[in-house]
Amino acid sequence: MRKVIEVKNLIKTYQTGDTSFNALNNVSLTVEEGEFVAIMGASGSGKSTLMNMIGCLDKPTSGQYFLDGIDVSTMTSDELANIRNKKLGFVFQGFNLISRTTALENVQLPMIYAGIKESERIERAKRALKIVGLEKRESHMPNQMSGGQQQRVAIARAIVNDAPIILADEPTGNLDTKTSIEVMEFFVDLNEKHNKTIVLVTHEPDIAEYCKRVVKFRDGQIESDIVKVKNDRF
Amino acid sequence: MIDFKSTFKMAIKSLKINKMRSALTSLGIIIGVSAVIIMLGIGTGASQKVQANMESMGSNILTVRSASAKAGGVRQGFGTRPSLTVKDAQEIEKTADNIDAVAVLTSENKQLMYGNQNWSSTVYGVSKSYLYVKNYEIVNGRTFSNEDSRNYSKVAIIGATVASELFGDIDPVGRVMRVGNIPFKVIGVLKSKGQMGPFDQDDIVLIPITTAQRKVFGTSFPGTVNQILIKGEDSDTLSALESEVNSILMARHHIGKNQEKDFEIRNSAEFQERMQSTVQVFSILLASIASVSLLVGGIGIMNIMLVSVTERTKEIGIRMAIGANVQDIRLQFLLESFLLSMIGGFIGIIVGVVGAESIKFFSDEVSSVITVGSIVLALGFSAFVGIAFGYYPAYKASLLNPIDALRYE
Repeated sequence: MRKVIEVKNLIKTYQTGDTSFNALNNVSLTVEEGEFVAIMGASGSGKSTLMNMIGCLDKPTSGQYFLDGIDVSTMTSDELANIRNKKLGFVFQGFNLISRTTALENVQLPMIYAGIKESERIERAKRALKIVGLEKRESHMPNQMSGGQQQRVAIARAIVNDAPIILADEPTGNLDTKTSIEVMEFFVDLNEKHNKTIVLVTHEPDIAEYCKRVVKFRDGQIESDIVKVKNDRF
Repeated sequence: MIDFKSTFKMAIKSLKINKMRSALTSLGIIIGVSAVIIMLGIGTGASQKVQANMESMGSNILTVRSASAKAGGVRQGFGTRPSLTVKDAQEIEKTADNIDAVAVLTSENKQLMYGNQNWSSTVYGVSKSYLYVKNYEIVNGRTFSNEDSRNYSKVAIIGATVASELFGDIDPVGRVMRVGNIPFKVIGVLKSKGQMGPFDQDDIVLIPITTAQRKVFGTSFPGTVNQILIKGEDSDTLSALESEVNSILMARHHIGKNQEKDFEIRNSAEFQERMQSTVQVFSILLASIASVSLLVGGIGIMNIMLVSVTERTKEIGIRMAIGANVQDIRLQFLLESFLLSMIGGFIGIIVGVVGAESIKFFSDEVSSVITVGSIVLALGFSAFVGIAFGYYPAYKASLLNPIDALRYE
């Protein structure tokens, strides 16, 4: 299988006054195409910092990062913006939809920055909303939708640009158990039917159960990395 | 890279979200632009009024007057030593180049009488060409004929003020009035020209110069005139004509190079230029005061855009996370401030034009003229303000760190 994410000896140091703190301490991790990885760990263990690195939102202090075989650790911020747009889809804990903007327009946003023309944008956004079962909510504003619906809009936004990798940072953190299960079913679907590579940060073991591989963090380092046998979750 | 049309739509959308705020921000520009338009309009209006006044006095005119008399070392006013004659005028007309027309005039205050009315006015003995040189038009009756001056006819053309003061509602043409004690037949009425400074240009009586010299004005210097008016062909050759007239008169009056001249020449173009430049300074002053309010409007835009960038930090973070680059963010915010300013600019032009036009209803003294130039200038100004004052907030937005922006609550 192709390596889509490959980080080598990643170090991220935060400087606060005289003391420095290594949020990531020499982390190496490889994720192959089609994997569904859960990253777990207590808060402050470095899992979110790693997600920011993988998501090209932050730059490491040292180390290398290859995304789809391309070295992104030396890219400029504009090049990174382009990578985020084309290769990555983000799903956040707090949904992060743009307020007072309809579901359809929110889903169109990544395509606007990709320079896709409006007619095609609308068509693709509608298709993505249909995949997440929200075709009847196209013109709803975020504040007119439940948390589960908002997260599904965010998932539609993450997949609309055909990004091969989906990064989800505590996607069920703000949802109740029932909606969490619904949302996780979508991720499983995306992984299995649409062959998306998914990296998901969570601290809930129940949620990690949906994933094929679980990587645990502790004090900025990988504590364990377990690949489960398929269908183990049932 | 993002396309312009989508950015434009997004900018319009964000402005619509905060309608009241956008409207108030634009109001600053509306006031600024309309003030600039109105002030430029008033300036142009004043300048055209001055121009029209100048033209009513006649343009491209050299006025030759006799110099002051010296009596025992005491110098008196201009014209106290009559030195100019009709012959001088004829000589100038014959020899000088670039001459359109030459007129002579000699004047005195006289009491006018008609029926039981009487009125004091200035009586001008003029050559026939005077009406042409000074741009007088006849609205009623006729002008002087060659016979009038040859026969020393007692005929008069009167100004509008004289007509109304002396004749009231009666048609003056054909009536006989008294100038001093001499009966004169009114043959025409001049078209009104209005005030020129303190002088009422309509409070005059014109009679033929020959009649004036022979029958009306008692003078100790027969054949002299108060003024010779020379109308040049155009303003470019006027100063050349001035020096030519000067040398003709020097020769005719036998004045040496170092001797004091017995006449004085005034150039209307110089006076006109002086008046125009005064008006210009005045209108630049008005417009610059108005543009201060445009500047204040610009600061308002910058203020609101800075607030907007802070408020929408999270939105900026989201946009960056899903692929907006530095230029995309910058363009979006720059376009918002540009639109605010241009919308204000357009409305400001409408308000300004309406305001400038309505000045006419409130005042006869102040006129305003809207030119295409002032509209283009106002639009250009508001575009500049939008970009100049929107740049810093847009720049600030584009430099946000995506992670910090996403975490912002």
